[in-house]
Amino acid sequence: MTDLRVVGGDLLPPAGGRRHLLTVADLTKDEVERLLATARSFAHSQERDNKKLPTLRGRLILNVFYESSTRTSSSFELAAKRLSADTMTLKSIGSSVDKGESLKDTALTLSAYDPDVIVLRHPEVGAAGYVARVTEARVVNAGDGKHQHPTQALLDLYTMLQACGRLAGLQVAIVGDVAHSRVARSLLQALRLVGADAVLVGPPALLPDGLGPATHEIAAIADADVIYVLRMQKERMLPGANFVPSLREYTARWGITPERVRPGQRVMHPGPMNRGVEIDARVADSDASLVVDQVRSGLVVRMAVLYDLLTTGPVAVETAVGVA
Amino acid sequence: MLAGRTGTENVVIRGARVLDPVEGIDATVDVRVDGGVIAQIGSGLDTNEHRVIEAAGLTLAPAFVDPHVHLRTPGREDEETIASGTAAAAAGGYCAILAIPNTDPVVDDTEVLRGLRARAADEANIPVGFLAAITKGQEGAELTEMGALADAGAAGFTDDGRPVATAGVMRRALQYNAITGRTIAVHCEEQSLTRGGHAHAGQVAAELGLGAWPSLGESLMVARDLDLAGDTGQAIHLMHLSARESVDHLRRALAAGVRASAEATPHHLCLTEEAVRTLDPNLKMNPPLRGTGDRAALVEAVRDGTIAAIATDHAPHSPEEKDVPFEAAPFGVTGLETAFSALYTNLVEPGLLPLETVLERMSAGPAAIFGLARPRIAVGAPANLTLIDTNASWRVKPSAFRSRSLNSWLLGKRLRGRVKLTIAAGRTVFEL
Repeated sequence: MTDLRVVGGDLLPPAGGRRHLLTVADLTKDEVERLLATARSFAHSQERDNKKLPTLRGRLILNVFYESSTRTSSSFELAAKRLSADTMTLKSIGSSVDKGESLKDTALTLSAYDPDVIVLRHPEVGAAGYVARVTEARVVNAGDGKHQHPTQALLDLYTMLQACGRLAGLQVAIVGDVAHSRVARSLLQALRLVGADAVLVGPPALLPDGLGPATHEIAAIADADVIYVLRMQKERMLPGANFVPSLREYTARWGITPERVRPGQRVMHPGPMNRGVEIDARVADSDASLVVDQVRSGLVVRMAVLYDLLTTGPVAVETAVGVA
Repeated sequence: MLAGRTGTENVVIRGARVLDPVEGIDATVDVRVDGGVIAQIGSGLDTNEHRVIEAAGLTLAPAFVDPHVHLRTPGREDEETIASGTAAAAAGGYCAILAIPNTDPVVDDTEVLRGLRARAADEANIPVGFLAAITKGQEGAELTEMGALADAGAAGFTDDGRPVATAGVMRRALQYNAITGRTIAVHCEEQSLTRGGHAHAGQVAAELGLGAWPSLGESLMVARDLDLAGDTGQAIHLMHLSARESVDHLRRALAAGVRASAEATPHHLCLTEEAVRTLDPNLKMNPPLRGTGDRAALVEAVRDGTIAAIATDHAPHSPEEKDVPFEAAPFGVTGLETAFSALYTNLVEPGLLPLETVLERMSAGPAAIFGLARPRIAVGAPANLTLIDTNASWRVKPSAFRSRSLNSWLLGKRLRGRVKLTIAAGRTVFEL
């Protein structure tokens, strides 16, 4: 209730309170710009031979993953290590979660180690906010159900800014299974915040009302500077739900093929890709693709987020560079 | 139909605003209760050495009737018992409640029903009626022995918690129910449209990524059940309506002469989907909180009597069930102890509903639907009274609940209007 709203507050500290990154909605435009600038300064540091910074020495960052993840868990872990923090990654498989331990008890158990940050991925909407409420740690939402994945949105903004040179006025077409996508929800909010335009494209039943301009016509991607391809999340589709009749029909109508990408357009995908389903392999491997850049961005953006959460007061970019 | 103790209270309530909209009383007078029965109404009454309750500035109204309470007994006595649930009801100003049969085991045979009624006769703080299931195990396939259940004291029939999924079974139930004279109450949900749903299919669920539970999931079933009631000529009661479209269907059916009634809950009358943005599991209920237009339609229907009853759908859940992320939480919130105050704060004070209407819809309305004696302030009537301080301001604290469960959407909130005293069936059952 009211205390949930406080916990769901923005990245800046309420007086004396803890900071979290739970949703993009909690960020201001200034905070996004500050995070992107901090990430850029960290990117410079990653060009050296010695990539490690002493900034978060002695801090403990726990990565708790209730869903499978390659990119997000590895980049959070590496981001923490590059900042010299201690880090542990706990996956639900092989832990007490397997034995039916509740999220509350797992969170309380882990908070006995006094972590500075808990990075949480969980299949249920609101899980990150819940852990923020029951523990003393700062919480970074690394994906809660279909709700939010704010660091993905930040790394996508960072990637777009690097590739296109601007965010304001950028045209982005988000293509595919929007209904089941926390990536789409986070990115839409982030794009709105920085003054970029988004159109949603996909099968009618996978485009929820209320998220902005949407069409089932794939031709709508023609005007976009960036085509953002969502994964067809088969694991989220209930059997017989009939959102689309078949993956084959999906691919024929909404798959991103070389024929559908015009010169100058950039293509992004949060991964993991289903090559041959939502994205043609020739597109994924083309010069238009920013998929590998996104992974690289993920590291420095997550470094920036951890740094920002654990350093008090407004972060001056010079400070970050100075530390390097 | 009701099981529970009756009392022989002797008391004089002096100087309250006595307000019984159905009896047409609104006057500052004394009410004397002799042996549990209202004996005299007037000014300067002789106290007969009765206990005197000085009630100047307070409002005395007919006590409330809640036709929709989950007592969780048998099966989940950790969440609620007959004793705790009726104590909570007494604190909310109720003199009678009807318990829903979705227990473990389901109340679908006379043995379970008789056992509950016997326990209620000893344990209940206020009289309780027990609804029995429409179908065995609430599985929607085979009818229960409705005749025998009615003879054994079933207060009506419902499969609440679940719909009767197929029209054929619902039609047979309505036809057969002609022999019982009891009311069939239905939870309207077309589950092929609501599966995986956690919140109203509106802006908030779209933004938060919550599984959608659309209005159509309710209104389609409302339309079906109203048509079945019309076709069979039998009465039907629609539980916990939430959607504008459902209200529209109900209005049309009533105009066409269908024997239909309906209830709305305090949470659907006071809140909209916007409240769900907090992802507080105590704002998760079935049907879900809907849009502002839906809420307005419900309030209007309560105002004009299309919806004749306000029911809490009091649904206790244990902390380990509710203290989890929103999507993992079960549906349901408690409501008995806060219903009047929530309605007074959110609807009466802002001028959306007159106090008289709220009092009538919480008492005479539901009593009539289920064929229960109407609580009334009249000489010769059993004392079923609630004394309310409409000027009280109070904060809802966990320690204040008599319910065994704390899954209230009002925890921590400040409310206006509070029940100070409840007399049910001639017994003082609550005093603040």
